[in-house]
Amino acid sequence: MMASLLTSAPSLLNFLIFFVLSALLLGAVLGFVTYAILAERKVLGFMQLRVGPNQYGGRFGLLQTVADVFKLLIKEDVIPAKADKPLFKIAPMIAFVPSFAVLAAIPFTDRFYFTDMGVGLLYFLSLTSITTLGILAGGWASNNKYSLLGAMRSAAQMISYEVPLVMSVIGVILFSGSLNLLNIVEAQSTVWFIVLQPLGFVIFLVAAVAELNRVPFDLPEAESELVAGYFTEYSGFRWAFFMLAEYVYIFATAALTTVLFFGGWLPPLQWVPGLGFLAYIPGPVWFVMKFSAVVFFFIWLRGTLPRVRSDQLMEFGWKVLLPLSLANIFLSAFVFELFFK
Amino acid sequence: MIRTEEMILNVGPQHPSTHGVFRVVVKIDGETIVEAKPVIGYLHRGTEKLAEDLNYTQIIPYTDRMDYLSAMTGNYVICHAVETMMGLEIPERAEYLRVMAMELGRVASHLVWFGTYLLDLGAMSPFLYAFREREMIINMINELCGARLTFNYMRVGGVKWDAPDGWVDKVKEFIPYMREQLEGYHELVSGNEIFLNRVKGVGKYDAETAVNYSLSGANLRCTGVKRDLRKDEPYSIYDRFDFDVPTETEGDAYARYLVRMEEIRQSLRILEQCVEQFPEGGEILGKVPRNIRPPEGETSVRIESPRGEIGCYIYSKKKPQPYRLKFRRPSFYNLQILPKLLEGENIANLVTILGGIDIVLGEVDG
Repeated sequence: MMASLLTSAPSLLNFLIFFVLSALLLGAVLGFVTYAILAERKVLGFMQLRVGPNQYGGRFGLLQTVADVFKLLIKEDVIPAKADKPLFKIAPMIAFVPSFAVLAAIPFTDRFYFTDMGVGLLYFLSLTSITTLGILAGGWASNNKYSLLGAMRSAAQMISYEVPLVMSVIGVILFSGSLNLLNIVEAQSTVWFIVLQPLGFVIFLVAAVAELNRVPFDLPEAESELVAGYFTEYSGFRWAFFMLAEYVYIFATAALTTVLFFGGWLPPLQWVPGLGFLAYIPGPVWFVMKFSAVVFFFIWLRGTLPRVRSDQLMEFGWKVLLPLSLANIFLSAFVFELFFK
Repeated sequence: MIRTEEMILNVGPQHPSTHGVFRVVVKIDGETIVEAKPVIGYLHRGTEKLAEDLNYTQIIPYTDRMDYLSAMTGNYVICHAVETMMGLEIPERAEYLRVMAMELGRVASHLVWFGTYLLDLGAMSPFLYAFREREMIINMINELCGARLTFNYMRVGGVKWDAPDGWVDKVKEFIPYMREQLEGYHELVSGNEIFLNRVKGVGKYDAETAVNYSLSGANLRCTGVKRDLRKDEPYSIYDRFDFDVPTETEGDAYARYLVRMEEIRQSLRILEQCVEQFPEGGEILGKVPRNIRPPEGETSVRIESPRGEIGCYIYSKKKPQPYRLKFRRPSFYNLQILPKLLEGENIANLVTILGGIDIVLGEVDG
C-alpha cells in the first residue's frame, strides 16, 4: 500500500492520508517516549534496588510520565534576563525538529514506511547533526557559563563521533550495495549484518551512544560537573523539548540499529534448517522485539558505567574509533571481494 | 592568533558535587584550570567558641555535627581528651562498645565516600548499593543509641547505652555479608576501564608534599607513608587487635580509592575480633564525678577518624566548662592541598580531585 501511495501522483487525498499517518506516527513516538522514560526508571530502579515510580496510574506508575509532562506544561516559563531571547526560544525547536524528521526514513516493516528514499541512510545521518546546532544555540543563548561549557562539549563530541558513525556503516553499504534502508534490510534475509560486520556494529553502537549523549558519554549534561549542561537555564516546556528530542533520538537510533544490523522486521537464523517456522511470527513483532532489546541495552549501560572524561572522549573518538572504522572498511571490502562476489 | 579570555567560574556553593556548601572560584582558560580558590565558612557554627559556655557533656552533641558521617569518632575524641586529663578508668565493656561503634562508623563513612565519589564520576548504581549497606550499619547504630546520624552516644567515662540483646550477633552476621558486597564493588567498579582512566594519575602528589601539607588519613597513606594512629599511638583498646594499615605508593586518586576500600576490610577484621572478645556483662560507665572538672592545665589528644587525624585540645581552669577548646579537624587540613592539585588540571578533573580528598563540610567549617 505504501509503495503504491508513494509512487502515485500527488493529490489532496494522498496528502491527507500521509498527514493522518504521520500524526499517528507522532502519537506512537510520543507514546514510546512516555513509556521509554517509565521503562528507564523502572529498569534502573530494578538494577539499583529501588522500586521506581509507583504512585500514578496503578501500581506500575503507568501515568507517572503523563503527570510529569502535565507538570512541565503548567510550570512557569523562565527566560533569563540577560539571555539572547529569540535564540533562546528557537533553540529547543531546532533541537527537536530533526529528531522527528529522521523517523521518516525508517522502514518499520516491508509495508509500513514513509519514504522510499534512495539515500535514506545518508538522510538520517545528516539530519541528526542539525540537533547539535540547537544545543549550541541553547547553550550560547542562556548566557550561563555551565550552559556554554556544556554546549561546547556537546558540539565537539557530536562532530567527533559523527565521523566514525558514518564510517562504520560503510561496511553495511558495501555488503548491501545500497543506501536505501529497505534494500539494506532485504539484503539481510539470510544473515544479519551484525554477523558480517561485528567490528562495524561495535563502532556504530559506541558512536551512537555518544551521539545520543547517554552514559557513559553524557558529558554535555554531566550533572556532577556542569549542573545540567546546555539546558541548565531552561525550564517548563522548553526544557521538555530538549528531553523529548533526546528520547526521540533513542527511538530513532534504536530503530536504525535494528534496521542496519539486526535485519529489521526479518526473522532470525533463517539459514539454520528447521527454524523456518520463525517466519510465521509477523514482521512488526520481530521489529519491536529487536528494537526493545537495543533500548534496554542503552538503559543497562546507564545503570552500569561511570562517565568518560571529555578529553579522553575526544581521544577515543579520533585515535581509536576512527582508525578502527577505516580498518573495518578495508577489511569489509576484502571480504566482500573474496567471498561474496 | 585568536584572542582568548580567561573565565571565572564559581563552582558552588550550591553545586551537586561539592557535597555541601563549599565554593571553589576557578579561573579557567578553555577547559584548563589556571587558578582555584576554595571559599569556606558557609557552615561555620563556631563550635569551639560555643563550647566555652558549655559543660563537657553538653559539648558532645556538637561533635556529632562536625564530621556528621562519622560522628562516633567526634564523640570519642572529646571524651578521650577529658578522660586523659582526669585520668579516668573506662570499663572494659564500654571500650568494646566504643570501638565497635567507631569501626562501624568508619565502614559507613567510607561507604558514603565510595558511593558519592562514583556518583561524581557519573556512575549512579554504586551509590545505591553502598547506601544499602550503610543503611544496615545505621540501623545497627540506631539500635545502640537511638539516632541515625547525630549519635551523642559516648559520655565521659564510658557510653550512654548498653548494647541491646542480640546486637552483637547482628554485627557478627553483618561482617561476612559486607565482605561479600565489597567483592561485588570491586567487580563492578575497580576493573572498569572508564573508571581507571578517570582516576589513575589524577591529583597526584608525593609523600613529602603530603607531609608538608599536613595531610592525614587515606590522603597521606596513598603516598606510601604508613601512619595510622590506631597502630602508631594506640588509644582505647586498639593495641589488642590484629589489623594492617593499607598503603599505596602512587599518590593519585586511584591509590586513595584503593586505600579506603582496603580500610573497610581492615575495619571488618577489627569488628570480627571485637565480636569474639566482647565481654559478657559489666559496667558501661566508669566512676565519674557528678561535676566533671578536669584539673587545671592543658592537654591534647588525637585519634584516627575515617578522614584522618582528628585532634582535641583542652585548656582547663578546673571549671565545668573548658577555658579554650580546639579541634584539629582533618577535612580542613586535607582541603588545603586542593588549589595546588587543581592548578593546570582539566575542569573535568575538578570533581575527581575534590571528591578524592573526602571532605565533610561540617568538619571543614567547624
